[in-house]
Amino acid sequence: MKTETNGSNSNGAASELAIDARSIVKVFGLGDARTVALKGANFSARQGELHLVVGPSGCGKTTLLSVVAGTLNWDEGKVQVFGTSLDGMKRSEITDFRRRNVGFIFQQFNLIPTLNLIENISVPLLLNGIRRRTAEDKAGELLKRVGLAGKETKRPTQLSGGQQQRVAIARALVHEPRLVICDEPTSALDSETGHQIMDLLTTAARAPGRCVVIVTHDPRVYSYADRITQMEDGRVMAVLDGEPLQQFVHSTH
Amino acid sequence: MLRLALKMLLGDRAKYIMLVGGLTFSALLMTQQRAVFTGLVSWTTSHMRNMRASIWVVEHRVEQVNETKALRDTDVNRVRSVSTVDYAVPLFQGVLKARAADGSDKQIQLIGLHAGTLKGRPTVMVEGGEEGLERLRIANNVVVDVLASKRLAAGLGRPLQIGDTFEINDREARVVGICKTEPHFFGYPYVFSSYDQALQYAPRQRKMLSMILAEPKEGHSAEEVAQQISNETGLRAYTVPEFEKATVDWVWKNTGIPVSFLTTIILGFVVGVAVAGQTFYSFVLENLKHLGALKAMGASNGLISAMLFVQAMTVGLIGYGMGVGLTAVFGFIVRPIGQPPFVISIETLVGTLFSILVICTLAALFGILKVARLEPAVVFRG
Ligand SMILES: Nc1ncnc2c1ncn2[C@@H]1O[C@H](COP(=O)(O)OP(=O)(O)O)[C@@H](O)[C@H]1O
Ligand SMILES: [Mg+2]
Repeated sequence: MKTETNGSNSNGAASELAIDARSIVKVFGLGDARTVALKGANFSARQGELHLVVGPSGCGKTTLLSVVAGTLNWDEGKVQVFGTSLDGMKRSEITDFRRRNVGFIFQQFNLIPTLNLIENISVPLLLNGIRRRTAEDKAGELLKRVGLAGKETKRPTQLSGGQQQRVAIARALVHEPRLVICDEPTSALDSETGHQIMDLLTTAARAPGRCVVIVTHDPRVYSYADRITQMEDGRVMAVLDGEPLQQFVHSTH
Repeated sequence: MLRLALKMLLGDRAKYIMLVGGLTFSALLMTQQRAVFTGLVSWTTSHMRNMRASIWVVEHRVEQVNETKALRDTDVNRVRSVSTVDYAVPLFQGVLKARAADGSDKQIQLIGLHAGTLKGRPTVMVEGGEEGLERLRIANNVVVDVLASKRLAAGLGRPLQIGDTFEINDREARVVGICKTEPHFFGYPYVFSSYDQALQYAPRQRKMLSMILAEPKEGHSAEEVAQQISNETGLRAYTVPEFEKATVDWVWKNTGIPVSFLTTIILGFVVGVAVAGQTFYSFVLENLKHLGALKAMGASNGLISAMLFVQAMTVGLIGYGMGVGLTAVFGFIVRPIGQPPFVISIETLVGTLFSILVICTLAALFGILKVARLEPAVVFRG
């Protein structure tokens, strides 16, 4: 399936950015229950990049990820994804945008237990109006690519956690989205399986015009990052690459 | 996606069985009760189908066919004198005591037919045939229906046959034919005799004429003639449809029967809403995580609503089919017994289908409202 950027407000520098989020504020609840989850966070990720977002629990990582994935409304700030501004987009437009351009991987895999692997993987294609035959063929290819050929008609519950997460990756990539969003994809997995998962995600990120953003607090996977964004208390504290990134990776080992 | 929606539903065996079971029970309850009610209502007018006549003339206060208020003998002639009446004959009907072979008393519905025309005579003869009916003109002869042939045979060891005798009010009655009837509303067996013979059997009263049966002259409709009889004689003349309607109306107004059936039918509906709504809602809740994931992946609210709707309608139609099927099985079982009365009409089938679809729409709506409010971002929360 061909993916495309909507809108034409892309210029030289911005076109290299997969995500450009500026001064994002997000408030949950009212009165006593009021929580400011994002306090003017700036976040950007480049095309062809595997980008990690790290930080202590509760600092707003998931909230930031939800905003840039177009699954959560925010209160202040601007968000561009592949040059398309999400500001003021109608709900249905954002839904369309997500359907074409975003792939999701969740901590708890979130595969549908009553559907077999092929059916689970073909969901994003079906949602994009691809015919069932074509969708299932494509799903079969992806299943092979994540190393699970031969298990087409198995149910998710018949697989190990690592295998399920590989199926989830196949599902996230099957419609060739430009942006892949992962929230703690390895936290539920053992070390070795975690590395297999990261290898698959790295390959996905290297494809031209793509971007993989991973929220994690799993130090075992830091070494896969092209860049790392550090968050704390609703703000971005630092963006690491080059030498500082290497130091950070080593210091956490 | 709709195909996958069905797989999601069928994959959840327990919920699926619960849903189909609840809807089946609901459809069964609604259809079966309505069928019995329809049957019962048709019983109330069976009397008119057992004795055919175009126009039924009764005392002006009579509101339904199972009620009699005696007329004067001269009323027959007054009806005959209405210009559009082709002919009119007297009819006796009364509940009398008959004595079975073992000496026990049974109540019977005695019908006295005008000897000249035998107007109102039984339509289907099982034994004795047309000849048996003709022999009604001879003293002490009667034609009994199948029910009477059994009930009055107590102590005999076999049903009454032609040639057997029994007693009505201490007078002899000889069986000359056996006929088939629809069950009388009050469950009485039918015994037919001539009008004059019936007056012999019945206890003497000042007025003995129960009803007058009339036919319109060629070129005049029954409605028109009935209207004219009512106007000119001060009696009440009904056509068959009018009398049927009056009888059914009377049942609605004066008995608790419709209310008690209505209660059960409503109960069936409520059970359906409760079980199906509840189960479907918990099915949606259990799948909320997955529905949220679908929303995150770009499924619109419209698509998710369609999925839930297809799921609800599928269990609805299956439950409907099974409920109606079971009702039909029930019908086949009770048919030979004849109790309870049982008529599945198109209206009943359509009514149940409609109710089940309403139940399923409600169930789907609960789920749809829940999912529509769901933020797709929930899928990121543990
Ligand atoms: N839906 C919500 N309603 C209310 N508060 C929320 C909601 N989601 C997140 N929060 C709050 O916002 C803050 C940031 O949460 P989150 O983004 O999940 O952090 P992280 O992913 O870094 O652990 C936390 O204080 C959390 O309690
Ligand atoms: Mg989180």
